[in-house]
Amino acid sequence: MTAGSFDVTIIAIMAPFAAAAVAPFATRLLGANAAWLLALIPAAIFAHFAGYIPLISQGETATISREWVPSYGVNFSFYIDGLSMLFAMLISGIGTLIILYAGGYLKGHPQQGRFFSFLFLFMGAMLGVVTGNNLLTLFIFWELTSVTSFLLIGFDHLRTASRRAATQALVVTGSGGLALLAGFLLIMGVTGEMEMSELLSQPDVIKNSGYYLPIFLLILGGAFTKSAQFPFHFWLPNAMEAPTPVSAFLHSATMVKAGVYLLMRMHPLLGDTVLWTTILPLFGGATLIVGTLLAVRQTDLKLMLAYTTVASLGLLVMLVGTSWEKALEGAVLYLVAHSLFKGALFMVAGTVDHEAGTRDVTKLGGLRGAMPITFAAACLASLSMAGLPPFIGFIAKEILYEGTLGAGGLALAVTATAVVGNALMLVIAAAVALKPFIGAKVETPKHAHEGPVLLFAGPVVLSLTGLAAALFAHSTGEAFIGPMLSSLTGQAANVDLHLIPAHFGMPLLLSVVTVALGIFLYLNLDRLRATMASLLETIGWGPDKGFDQFISALVTFSAKITGMVQTGKMHTYMLVIFAIVAGAVLIPTFTMNGLPNWPEVPDYRFYEWGILGIAILGLIAVLVAKTRLTAIVSLGIQGFSVAVIFMFFGAPDLSFTQFMVETLSVVILALVMTRLKLSPRDHRTKPAKVVSGVISLGAGAGIALTLMAITQRPFNTSLADFFTAYSRTIAHGRNIVNVIIVDFRGFDTLGEIAVVVLTGLCVLALIRVRTTPSAFEIERSEDKEGAKG
Amino acid sequence: MEAGFSVLIGVFFSVAIYLMLSRQIVRMLLGIAILGNAVNLLIFTAGRLTREVPPVIPPEVYTPVEATANPLPQALVLTAIVISFSFFAYLLVLAFRAYQELGTDNIDEMRVAEPEDEQAPSQGY
Repeated sequence: MTAGSFDVTIIAIMAPFAAAAVAPFATRLLGANAAWLLALIPAAIFAHFAGYIPLISQGETATISREWVPSYGVNFSFYIDGLSMLFAMLISGIGTLIILYAGGYLKGHPQQGRFFSFLFLFMGAMLGVVTGNNLLTLFIFWELTSVTSFLLIGFDHLRTASRRAATQALVVTGSGGLALLAGFLLIMGVTGEMEMSELLSQPDVIKNSGYYLPIFLLILGGAFTKSAQFPFHFWLPNAMEAPTPVSAFLHSATMVKAGVYLLMRMHPLLGDTVLWTTILPLFGGATLIVGTLLAVRQTDLKLMLAYTTVASLGLLVMLVGTSWEKALEGAVLYLVAHSLFKGALFMVAGTVDHEAGTRDVTKLGGLRGAMPITFAAACLASLSMAGLPPFIGFIAKEILYEGTLGAGGLALAVTATAVVGNALMLVIAAAVALKPFIGAKVETPKHAHEGPVLLFAGPVVLSLTGLAAALFAHSTGEAFIGPMLSSLTGQAANVDLHLIPAHFGMPLLLSVVTVALGIFLYLNLDRLRATMASLLETIGWGPDKGFDQFISALVTFSAKITGMVQTGKMHTYMLVIFAIVAGAVLIPTFTMNGLPNWPEVPDYRFYEWGILGIAILGLIAVLVAKTRLTAIVSLGIQGFSVAVIFMFFGAPDLSFTQFMVETLSVVILALVMTRLKLSPRDHRTKPAKVVSGVISLGAGAGIALTLMAITQRPFNTSLADFFTAYSRTIAHGRNIVNVIIVDFRGFDTLGEIAVVVLTGLCVLALIRVRTTPSAFEIERSEDKEGAKG
Repeated sequence: MEAGFSVLIGVFFSVAIYLMLSRQIVRMLLGIAILGNAVNLLIFTAGRLTREVPPVIPPEVYTPVEATANPLPQALVLTAIVISFSFFAYLLVLAFRAYQELGTDNIDEMRVAEPEDEQAPSQGY
């Protein structure tokens, strides 16, 4: 590949963000038909990544890098290998169909344009996750997927359930994201390397570093929350509050696989250790069984599918956790198969809901005549989900059984878990594909008929792809599965897939067992559902409820802390502020050798002593003033003394201004205080006076000592020299102070004038705005009346 | 030379803070007025004191002949005086209006923004 086409790759990854900006306008112009136009963008991205197939299948990889924050060595860089290419194609390919589907599903919705925007934002973020090479690039896109998922789940924001689901998803995946960031930073600290492609070339560095355990746990925290592993699985079914296109795209085909992607990506670096092969199969297996059992319990089509998605993610994690090549191959195949059939089935469920008005299987039946195309797509997809030939799901199941059988000491447990999980998956597949369509026709809330082409295009294409991928099994293996597997194992992988099993061994036998068990369970579905329902009722508590308790406790706790820190008493705030001021000047003075030398008695002239004395007298008079008049006059005395001090020490301009300002202050103060009719008498208790006295004396002494120490040190006069030297020569003014104010620092003065104007306006507003009687008083009096009543 | 003024400024700060720690809004306002002067004197003194010679260049020369007072802190203080005055005027009117509306001059009784019987936050979504 030439450098030019790498630039195109960056454009391809960024294109969805541009599409997000355009989508609302396109939708305003074209309505739902904008979907046809908008779908061209992900289709083009799909075509671009498909162009990588020849390169990647030869075992090559590509990296694209742009400097981002060079001072920290952070690059905006991307890495294309078998793993990222396949993921990018799934995201853009399924994304194309989802955009079309959303066009039909939300036709006429006032916020359809916004919905398209969110979908495109997500698509861009997800492409960034799976192609990101620099760990920080990857992390930012990872967080963006959480944010866009939040926006999409909460799309119907007027409903409490949507808001709760959106918040829950954000809290769970967001906290996982924090763990992931910590893990990435630790990796950078240990290896000094930020580029994934570089890390992959030295796979043993982290395993041998001694920081393996924390890195492993932190990465797992990110992956498990994102991929809804038990016990973090609860957010995913709740996310079904989102419109169905979102469920099909984010919460089955792509985003929830980001965690699995991360584990696969990190497998060469972190995998194949005792920890890895113990924890991953354990949690993956638990998730698989819990997910399928909870799926059986549901009657809502989307929730059934959601729980099987949880189960499938568990299966993938379990397979990746074995670190055994054949099982990894099974995982890769199953991941592809799952994206195809689950995306299709979600869209089918949405179409049924859209056309019939309900998604409750107990209220649906006999729709095959009314919706033949949707029924056909549902059948094809669920055959793949059930793992029956001739679909990609079948090949995946064969390979993964082959893999689990060889998974060392865990073989038996893992295989048994997989068989039970797959049998239950078959039950759900049958229930979703058959129950709404066969049997006697049931009256539905809406008169059901086939949806428009926008609605059935997606499921039909996806389920046919699942069929085609199996029929051309050999090419699928060579072009996609092999290169992706070699990304996981870190070495070239030779994958030879056949639709018809080469020999009739254990895997095929297990398939037969799975199907038999599945059919048996399907026939007893109602009984199984009742058993699960009563079992869950007995337990009565789950992580979902726990989440509510956690949030409620958190809110109560923060309210308590806030109440403690912010007492609502200004006096307390002032005490704290000035105690800290006193500490800030006193502590360094005494601990860090900041004390000044003992000063000599200053050789002030008599009038200088005099003005110092008058100032202090004025201050004391303010303190002890008993009447308004005394207080105002004493305040004036200290202010005028300051003006005189300025006069004595070569600052006539300051002196003049100070005289004016002080006069004005006294006049205004007198005006206000005569109207306030307040006496300035101090009403504090003795102890309160002592506390205030100590704090104020401490702060004053600290400031005096600090200032004394500073003035005893040599003085840098370069600024003063500059202004003195250039005041007349370049600014043509003889009064240096004035030149500084109007010329050298003219903009500062402009700012000062703006402040004065603003405060003047505020004063005017305060005086003019009068609520008679004040809104506050009305509220209070109503409260009192309410209390009386 | 500056040592005596350092002590004076310390006294200014002490008095200002003592007044601001009062619960009565009038005394707090007096404290704020004094605090403004204290800060201005602090800047002025930190730039070193020179007696009587203002930083003005005589008409016949281009730079001052003898050592003058430091012009920089003077420029800073000149700006600060005006700003602290405008804020003081604003605070005075604010206090006056608050007294008219709330009927109290005690800051502990001014609880509109942070009422004493504040309700617990909502537990919903």
